[in-house]
Amino acid sequence: MARSILSVQNLTKKFGGLVAVNGMTFDVGEHEVLGLIGPNGSGKTTMMNLISGALKPTSGSISLQGTRISDLPAQEINRKGVARTFQLVRLLPSLNVIENVIAGAVFGHRKRWGVEAENYAREMLERVGLQVAGDAPVSTLTYIDQKRLELARVLASDPKILLLDEWLAGLNPTELETGISLIRDLRNDGRTIILVEHVMDAIRSLCDRCVVMNSGTKIAEGTPAEVLADREVIRAYLGDDDA
Amino acid sequence: MTDKDWRNFGLAVVGLAIAACLPLSGNGYYLTIGVTIAMYVVLATSWALFSGPTHYISLATAAFYGLGTYVVALGIDDVPYIVLLVIALVVGAVSAALVGLATLRLSGVYFVIFTLGLAEMVRQVVTWVQSNWGGHQGNYVLTDITEEIIYWELLALAACVYLAGWLIGRSRLGFALKIIGNDEVVAAHSGINTARSKVLLFMVSGMVASLVGAILAPRWTYIEPSIAFSPMLSFQVVIMALLGGVKRLWGPLVGVIPFTLLWEAVSISFPNQTLLLMGVAFLLIVYTIPHGFVGLLETYSARFRERKG
Repeated sequence: MARSILSVQNLTKKFGGLVAVNGMTFDVGEHEVLGLIGPNGSGKTTMMNLISGALKPTSGSISLQGTRISDLPAQEINRKGVARTFQLVRLLPSLNVIENVIAGAVFGHRKRWGVEAENYAREMLERVGLQVAGDAPVSTLTYIDQKRLELARVLASDPKILLLDEWLAGLNPTELETGISLIRDLRNDGRTIILVEHVMDAIRSLCDRCVVMNSGTKIAEGTPAEVLADREVIRAYLGDDDA
Repeated sequence: MTDKDWRNFGLAVVGLAIAACLPLSGNGYYLTIGVTIAMYVVLATSWALFSGPTHYISLATAAFYGLGTYVVALGIDDVPYIVLLVIALVVGAVSAALVGLATLRLSGVYFVIFTLGLAEMVRQVVTWVQSNWGGHQGNYVLTDITEEIIYWELLALAACVYLAGWLIGRSRLGFALKIIGNDEVVAAHSGINTARSKVLLFMVSGMVASLVGAILAPRWTYIEPSIAFSPMLSFQVVIMALLGGVKRLWGPLVGVIPFTLLWEAVSISFPNQTLLLMGVAFLLIVYTIPHGFVGLLETYSARFRERKG
């Protein structure tokens, strides 16, 4: 693993009596694509919410390049260079396509404004392969184009770390191929990416390493091939009989 | 600035110049209505600056307006009027900042109820303080400020509000507010300090309302809490702004003028049923034209263009 850029130490999140994330520890290397996988309800999205600042951890810490970020509000974490997409796409319905992307560029990690922001936003639209007019309303977009638009907004702040929460979910087979190759492009650009994903093909072809969660704890870590062959992981996904 | 900006700027200047000539008509009744219209234009436009993009419905207008009125009522005998206006501005801004910090974490209906309660609370506190220590309920504001001067002051303030609204609309702050109104979670995750942006804009609308109260204080000559902190004012501002439409800077203006004229007729013909009619008007507007006159206009012009194209 390359130099660690994000480090999660002994992180725990409790919702009342429910422990959603329990003592998680892992590192993400620079330019690495890390897959965060596990069965439904294992705490992956909670983990993403803790990293992005949507939730505050109960204990433990998250550091970005050695600086603790787990006490900061979401907007500060974003300004330090962590940007995310959401499990259910979140666009800004009253803004048009280009404004949706500019929204990501103005206040975040690298701040741009005016013509510069608009040009950069157009570049990002091109980057994600979204070929619609900038002044089109977002309600006219297809599902994959909505996902592309959200990704363009997130990329517009030029983040150090990109969090993709089930970005490939709900795409049809053709779209899925397009989606995977798009993330591969981002990976080739040298971006650091953490992705929560259920699509195994995507995990195999995109991830350098995987962290596997079950019931809030880490049960395995390693290359996709290693973790997918792990007995504990198979048991978590398929139950005792198949392990 | 684009050609369109220059054209709008020109229209605004001409409109303002025509409006400024109203006192020359010499008709006292027109001038009285003119003052009322100018007052609501300023209040509704500055209300919409905050509530338009964020969708936070504030019923605190009366609280800030009343504070401004009381600054003048309490200080008029000892302090120059112009200084009182500045104090009212500061009091409005500071109290809006405090209220904003305390309440803007609330969302939806909780925020609405809190702001309504706030105006009522300030009124009760002022009443209580006055009857315990002031020895009397009301104050006299006796000045030589005429209705004409009040009218021109309000017009000047309206010009400032439009200019501020135009600048905010082009600024990062205005853009941030739009994003917040769409999705506060996305706003925070895009690096926007949502609390700060909301408080700043709430302060703008709070200080304008306070200044309007201060400007109008000489009109009443006798001021007591029930006049200064009337909750009717808050509701009327909301209704007028919604009637016009809050998506455009000039939206509230097209709501205020017809509503004030209509209201004038209503209060003359049915002086005892005004509250009831106010409620009915509110329901009608929300159900039939949720996006106001501006929304209607845009829908029709879009249809017209479609038919042409």
